[in-house]
Amino acid sequence: MIQARIPAPLLALAAAGLLLFLLPLAGLVARAPWNQVGPELLAPETATALGLSIFCSVTATAIALVLGIPLALVLSRTTGTLRAVLRALTTLPMVLPPVVGGVALILAFGRRGLLGAPLYQLFGVQIPFTTSAAVIAETFVAMPFLVIAVEGGLRALDQRYEEAARALGASSWRVFARITLPLLRPAIFSGAVLCWARALGEFGATITFAGNLPGRTQTVPLAVYVALETKPDGAIVLSLVLLAVALAILIGLRDRWLGEP
Amino acid sequence: MTLRADIEVKRDGFALDVDLTVDAGETVAVLGPNGAGKTTLLRALAGLIPIHGRVELDGDVLDDSQAGKHVPTEDRRVGLVFQDHVLFPHLTVLENVGFGLKRDAHRIAREWLDRSGLGDKAGAMPRELSGGQAQRIALLRTLVTEPRLLLLDEPLSALDVSVRAEVRRELSRQLAGFKGIRILVTHDPLEAIALADRLVVLEQGGVVQDGPPTEVTARPRSRFVADLAGVNLLRGVGRGDHIELDGGETMAAPESGEGRVFAVIHPRAVALYLSRPEGTPRNVWRARAEDLDLRGERVRVRLSGRVPLVAEVTPSAVRDLHLGPGADVWVAVKATEISVYPG
Repeated sequence: MIQARIPAPLLALAAAGLLLFLLPLAGLVARAPWNQVGPELLAPETATALGLSIFCSVTATAIALVLGIPLALVLSRTTGTLRAVLRALTTLPMVLPPVVGGVALILAFGRRGLLGAPLYQLFGVQIPFTTSAAVIAETFVAMPFLVIAVEGGLRALDQRYEEAARALGASSWRVFARITLPLLRPAIFSGAVLCWARALGEFGATITFAGNLPGRTQTVPLAVYVALETKPDGAIVLSLVLLAVALAILIGLRDRWLGEP
Repeated sequence: MTLRADIEVKRDGFALDVDLTVDAGETVAVLGPNGAGKTTLLRALAGLIPIHGRVELDGDVLDDSQAGKHVPTEDRRVGLVFQDHVLFPHLTVLENVGFGLKRDAHRIAREWLDRSGLGDKAGAMPRELSGGQAQRIALLRTLVTEPRLLLLDEPLSALDVSVRAEVRRELSRQLAGFKGIRILVTHDPLEAIALADRLVVLEQGGVVQDGPPTEVTARPRSRFVADLAGVNLLRGVGRGDHIELDGGETMAAPESGEGRVFAVIHPRAVALYLSRPEGTPRNVWRARAEDLDLRGERVRVRLSGRVPLVAEVTPSAVRDLHLGPGADVWVAVKATEISVYPG
């Protein structure tokens, strides 16, 4: 229900804004070749792209959990300038155009990159245009969502739980594992889901840094982009899949993340 | 076992400077108004905040800022009980009580719970407990670890009045059986007097009084303690048989000595009259009744004037004198009812 009285012009503008969101979705649903959804989903290229997308996004989320939770912990326990700097660094990928992120990743991990060059020279390891590159690109873009969610959870956490545990003789590791981590579970869960959704939809950094190699780096968004040229029906079906996933996440997280019951 | 603490904490305009020695078997209540630094003192003793100075417990140096030594909270063997239980919400009661134990945690925790009559709550989650039960379990959780120093931060103040007495009894029993050093922070004088055998009064970051409860309340040295004891406290300069009060008035009081003094007058010793009394009381002033407060069989009248006092009278006296807020009265205090001590 709309509870307060809102001036008519504002209502009209709000409706126009809503249309901007709704029309493309309506187009997608209206033009979907519903009789082809089954065959398209089962087509080998689609299945490969879907499988790769799931593998890359889940791996990226796992890496984000392992690295992002400690990062959030450090962020939440830091104050002053250092905190401002760390925070800007960790949230940068959220505002950076993903293509720029991809370029930056090449300059870091590419064959002549800061870390890429020694890796290649010493071990012959090459990262760009591999599945690892797709995973790194997705982690780069998606991890901030997890860090922000977990940091928020940490700041909201009553510090006295940790103080009580310490006074009971628990080492800092035991406090983290037995008290902090379990109490953070809701924040970690919603952060991980948002992170995974962002990783699943990643396009710009992936295509720039990992390329568009079917079976190796061609995830669903990249496959949609390619299919648009060759067989639009396939593109629409894949788009519907991503739309369904995004909707499912938003509805599932409604209570936990968006605040209102 | 002894605790010797010389603690200085400075931060954003607030300074705590406390020198405290406590022996085992003693329950010390740290009493003071809000913002006096009571909780800061506890947190400093627990090692949760950095300090200047030195803390020594049972011969072990826990803090020594000159030597750069700081033993972290988890290695101090101090027990900390908070205002509201702070039980870990994701662990059962049994897991909470056993949390601080290294070996045989569940067996020992269950024994303690059984002994306290809380055995049937072992499997419960903290949210299923009443406030009183939760606080009793929080106390057990700390006591099972056999701390050398027990720090209680207003352990009863978050409880409903109805359960407070019950938890206070339990606390009193547990404190009696506890071997280490006990420090209780409170702003509730009743709690302090019921549980402690020594009061340390903290005001604006410093100790203003320290001693057995009867001694502290008999000779208040601050407004806070005077209010707590329910007496009038006046300050001034002793001149043998009278005191020159800080307000400018002169008050007759025998054996006032020389120099700065405190004078305590019990509200019952303050008599009120409608017209200027002619008689033996030598201290007679004009005053105005500000407000009246019924306490049991007595009415406390707060008076403003050259000498601000509280008088305690009977309800019938209030009727006879037509006392009400704003009423003008004469106040008389017998010199012999005034107790004077150096300040």
